[in-house]
Amino acid sequence: MNRWQQIFRDGLWTNNVVFAQLLALCPLLAVTGTATNGLGMGLATTVVVVLSNLAVSLARRLIPGEVRIPVFVLLIATIVTLVDMTMNAFLHDLHRVLGLFIPLIVTNCAILGRAEAFASRQAPLPALLDGLATGLGFTWALVLLGALREILGAGTLFAHASLLLGDAFGFLELVVIPDYDGFLLLVLPPGGFLVLGFMLAGKRVLEARMGRAPTPDGAGCGGCAMAPATT
Amino acid sequence: MNLETLRQRMLYQTLLLGGAALLVSALLGLGNHGTAGLIAERNAGDLRDSLSEVLPARHHDNDLLADTVTVPRDDEPVLAYRGRLEGRVNAVAFAMDGVGYGGPIRVLLGVDRTGRVLGVRVLSHSETPGLGDGIERAKSDWVLDFDDKRLGNPPPGDWTVQKDGGVFDQFTGATITPRATVAIVRDGLEFFAAHRARLLHEFPPETPIATLEHPHP
Repeated sequence: MNRWQQIFRDGLWTNNVVFAQLLALCPLLAVTGTATNGLGMGLATTVVVVLSNLAVSLARRLIPGEVRIPVFVLLIATIVTLVDMTMNAFLHDLHRVLGLFIPLIVTNCAILGRAEAFASRQAPLPALLDGLATGLGFTWALVLLGALREILGAGTLFAHASLLLGDAFGFLELVVIPDYDGFLLLVLPPGGFLVLGFMLAGKRVLEARMGRAPTPDGAGCGGCAMAPATT
Repeated sequence: MNLETLRQRMLYQTLLLGGAALLVSALLGLGNHGTAGLIAERNAGDLRDSLSEVLPARHHDNDLLADTVTVPRDDEPVLAYRGRLEGRVNAVAFAMDGVGYGGPIRVLLGVDRTGRVLGVRVLSHSETPGLGDGIERAKSDWVLDFDDKRLGNPPPGDWTVQKDGGVFDQFTGATITPRATVAIVRDGLEFFAAHRARLLHEFPPETPIATLEHPHP
């Protein structure tokens, strides 16, 4: 497996922000009441983590270890604010839907985690790809968690997707269980913890079936040091 | 002296941290400078869209954003937009606040000069997605139930959700949000009734007229 495949394998599965590192739980649990909200949050986060990885990687030789954390925090907060303002001005309709989520991105410690563990030690191109892989890994985790909570909690899937993606994506909006009364607990925040717990258990079972659980490789090791023991 | 040794110096680290703060402040300032005008324009556009939904064009022939009046109320004055037909105030639109399940709810209300509801739209809220957000027009038809209602129709005791013996539907799994929204609309109509004269009062043309940018001329 070459280096690029390794980066994407780590971001999407082995070292997935949600399923392996258990980071970013604040935005995760806050927005995954529906699959559509999960997708919106995931895409906005992907943009920010790509930009922040790139910026940190470009500046990595200038930044001494002693003050790196405040500098990273400054960079990330600035990028989030700039993305927020730019979207509000130029992609106003999308901002009206995603606007709620963008300020929440600064609470996402996974972005700081990637800056610290990967981007501050790597050249710009791998750092950018790692940001993309991490963001996509976060996105699919959010969409899956949102989809499960939405189906079990409200009986629908991708409700209001056309508000986020445009009318062309109206076909995504499905009623999975017609005349469903809803299961309130799963839509409220505790449901996020419950469903996430079942998904983590499911991932363990899957990895056990596939043989030995793969361990995160050296490139991402700062990330695993920050995360709770997961393997 | 190379970068390696320079990075260990306290002075370098201090300057770098200060420099980084300065740099990002400059970036944010530039960003704000470049987008503030556009954002204000887009927000005015949004407001105009919401206004046109609660105060349809057939009820006025003037620019609503250019014809406003402020009426004092509790701690926060209410800014009302007046719709005129041939110079006469025919209807007004104003925002009312209340508290729902997840936080404040802000509702825009259009009322004609007789006190009849022309339209209701929720401007902002933080209700539970998938449950309480049915008060948004984009997500359900529920707010259309208010159209053509007035104080007295339904009678005062029925101005609440069905669960409390009223005429308005609640949502499955969410009663607090619609109950709060009904209360806000009722408050709005009571506010209109209490300040009707002032809201509909015609100022002579030379009186400075409040605008969006200068709500208090």
